[in-house]
Amino acid sequence: MGIQRGSIYALVAIGFNMIYNSTGIINFAQGEFVVLGGLMMVTLTMNLSLSMPFAFLLSVLFVTIVGFLMERLTINPVREPTVLRLIIITIAVSILLKGLAMCIWGKGSLYMRQFTQTGPIEFFGATIMPQTLWIIGILAAVVSAYILFFNFTLTGKCMRACSINRDSARLCGINDRLMVMLSFALSAGIGAVAGIIITPIIQMDYGRGALLGLKGFGAAVLGGLGNSGGAVVAGLLIGILEAMSGGYISSHYMDAIALIVMLFVLFVRPGGIFGKSEEIRLKEF
Amino acid sequence: MGEPILEFYGLRKEFGGVVAVDRLDFVVDRDTVTSVIGPNGAGKTTIFNMVTGFLPPTSGRIVFKNRDINACKQHVIASLGICRTFQSVQIFSEMTVIENVMVGRHLRSKTGLILSCILPPVMRPEEKKIREDARHWLRFVGLDASADILAGSLPLGNQRMLEIARALATEPKLLLLDEPASGLNTRETIAMGELIGNIRALGVTVVLVEHDMELVMGISDHVAVLNFGMLIAEGTPAQIQENPDVITAYLGE
Amino acid sequence: MQGKDYIGFSVFVIFMLALPHWISNDYYLGVLVFTAFNCMACVGLCLLMGYAGQISLGHGAFVAIGAYAAGILTTHLGWSPWLAMGAGVLAAVFIALVIGVPSLRLKGHYLAMATLGFASIVHIVSVAAIDITNGPAGIIDIPRIKLFGFALDSDIRYYYFVWIIFAVGLFFAINLVKSRVGRGLRAIHGSEDAASAVGVNITRYKIQIFILSAVYAAVSGSLYAYYVNYIDPGPFDIMYSVLLVTMVAVGGLHSLWGAVAGGILLSLLPELLSMAADTFAGVGIAYKPDYDTIVYGGILLFIMLFMPEGLFGGISTLGSLVFKAIARMAGRRYPSG
Repeated sequence: MGIQRGSIYALVAIGFNMIYNSTGIINFAQGEFVVLGGLMMVTLTMNLSLSMPFAFLLSVLFVTIVGFLMERLTINPVREPTVLRLIIITIAVSILLKGLAMCIWGKGSLYMRQFTQTGPIEFFGATIMPQTLWIIGILAAVVSAYILFFNFTLTGKCMRACSINRDSARLCGINDRLMVMLSFALSAGIGAVAGIIITPIIQMDYGRGALLGLKGFGAAVLGGLGNSGGAVVAGLLIGILEAMSGGYISSHYMDAIALIVMLFVLFVRPGGIFGKSEEIRLKEF
Repeated sequence: MGEPILEFYGLRKEFGGVVAVDRLDFVVDRDTVTSVIGPNGAGKTTIFNMVTGFLPPTSGRIVFKNRDINACKQHVIASLGICRTFQSVQIFSEMTVIENVMVGRHLRSKTGLILSCILPPVMRPEEKKIREDARHWLRFVGLDASADILAGSLPLGNQRMLEIARALATEPKLLLLDEPASGLNTRETIAMGELIGNIRALGVTVVLVEHDMELVMGISDHVAVLNFGMLIAEGTPAQIQENPDVITAYLGE
Repeated sequence: MQGKDYIGFSVFVIFMLALPHWISNDYYLGVLVFTAFNCMACVGLCLLMGYAGQISLGHGAFVAIGAYAAGILTTHLGWSPWLAMGAGVLAAVFIALVIGVPSLRLKGHYLAMATLGFASIVHIVSVAAIDITNGPAGIIDIPRIKLFGFALDSDIRYYYFVWIIFAVGLFFAINLVKSRVGRGLRAIHGSEDAASAVGVNITRYKIQIFILSAVYAAVSGSLYAYYVNYIDPGPFDIMYSVLLVTMVAVGGLHSLWGAVAGGILLSLLPELLSMAADTFAGVGIAYKPDYDTIVYGGILLFIMLFMPEGLFGGISTLGSLVFKAIARMAGRRYPSG
């Protein structure tokens, strides 16, 4: 149970990290990407009866385009970016996307069937839903793709160069604006994947974006902002913590756990559990 | 030798293994103009940052008027009577020139939050006093004609003057000027030299970091030379100009 | 120059107090009462965001704290509304202190996320702590507030009451930004390094102003509870905190008048849109209130992209340009010297 949600937080956190690394921006519309991915998937599979893999690809593509448009239309044109202005711009985009989602898909939560229709699987005495396996598998696939992309492709290496030092990267002939655009598109795509795989379990509605985004951000700071390996561990950790607290404390307060962890990390150790104390001091929070 | 106002004992600062300032023992005398010179990266600004509480020293002591000020926060250090300017000018560009200097009067006035809310400024005598004092310091640096324009629209030379006026408005005993002449033309640099002389005449001890040797040698009583974080020479301008170590450090060998 | 804001203030107050002469419809008076609540919270938030330069995406939580203190203490414990409001303000001060001290060490995005997380936690608690807040069902039968034994039980009476309280709040805020403390705050916004170098205690000021802005929000929340006599967690979700930031940003961050303008404009927007809907319907476009969110987002995005100084800032820039153009033309016609 915790692993499922945890995987989602991990994916959202990776999305945050991607944009953060290339721009220094925290994208407040990250949760909206997740929602859009899930809702689109519902429409394609349940209403249009497309096959799962095809619908999956189409949904991811759709949200990737949304991310691309967001960067082109709202981030790229800003000539005098201040932190406050960029924060408010991404908030505005999130309000806009939320409003659009509500108008298109309505206010109710939408049901979607699981990826495969087999019953629970016995596994070392524990019963596991097949969807959980899908979630873990897809998380692993995304993380592998992420590692391959950033370590073994030229574009990925260029993006890393930009995140380390944008000015030097530009001097080496890397088109940094293009890298920012790519990071938004990819981050939106990853958000969509998260939305698609969780929808069969939680049922998606238009208003979930903010909380999913916040919890994903909690995972991102716990893992150390910009550190995607840390994000995966932290996301899973938060998911498990949440599931446990639901059992021990009260399910009403379950949603607050991830947020309390987030505040605690921000207040006590803003560099995350894996951050080196020296790096933390040099970073501006 | 006069009475010391600022003393360093074994001052050291490391940034993740890189030593920026190393075993610095040095004394600044009251009512003097002391210049700290040295190549880029010699650790001059780092010393200023440690004195004014922006950076904690790795080890060593900083003593101001016989008081250890190592662990003090920036605003406490300002209240003790040390004020500074910045290498990259830091003015409040969205405020008017006179308002900038009025911020400098912050320590010398005391209306708190609640009283500020309740009583309009025009009804408070303190506010009038702050404005008058600010005007005095603007006249001192020769900026009173531009009092009501936005500080951000001043040319760089005047911005440096404004920064000094704002620092003087705190009535410091010790003024640290970080490259006051950088970016200024010859005429402005001469004016800056005169201004520093006038500040000294007020009884304010001045320490400056500067690259313009003509300015440094013209106005300093005492010069310290740093290289790679170490003090390699100190003395009067004449002694420094003849010191072989200094010549080596500057010209390389 | 000094008196300009006070003249504007007087004109504004007289206008707001005269407004009921033209609007006798209780529904619209009610809308304007809600506008006053929003404006109150906006003025506080503007002090924090526009003057001290610190973002908070959590001020809806302080509104909720004010509202719930009023609701719980008057209904469960039978306190007088004024006392309950005072307790709400104290609670807001305390919580702002606890949250503000660690939060304000953070900057920019981190501060925004921390405050948003705080608002979200408060919302979750207001839903989950059923014993105290009665959960999603909410608290009913909150008494009306009395002023000198005079029940504020009609819309028109409450209208005067809240706008006068708002006027006092605005007056305090105007005084503050023009004072020594206000200059210190603007200095922090300009350059934290320089402000601290001349002796401004930046940590203390940030916390003080965070607390003050929380007080404005809490008062707004209490007044809300006494007006609608019923509170539930619904209106205080994180969207409300975001909406407050939207109001301040749309109006113009760097001016209290901008915050007031933004508060009024966005509070009236649903009404304006539903009026416009009739017009749209005439040309065959069916406008639904559901589209409001899109319009909010669109306006905010437009303002941030094209008028980052906000409506008020944009208009005053435009005004001064026009003024200069007129002066130039006049100067050409009557050359001096």
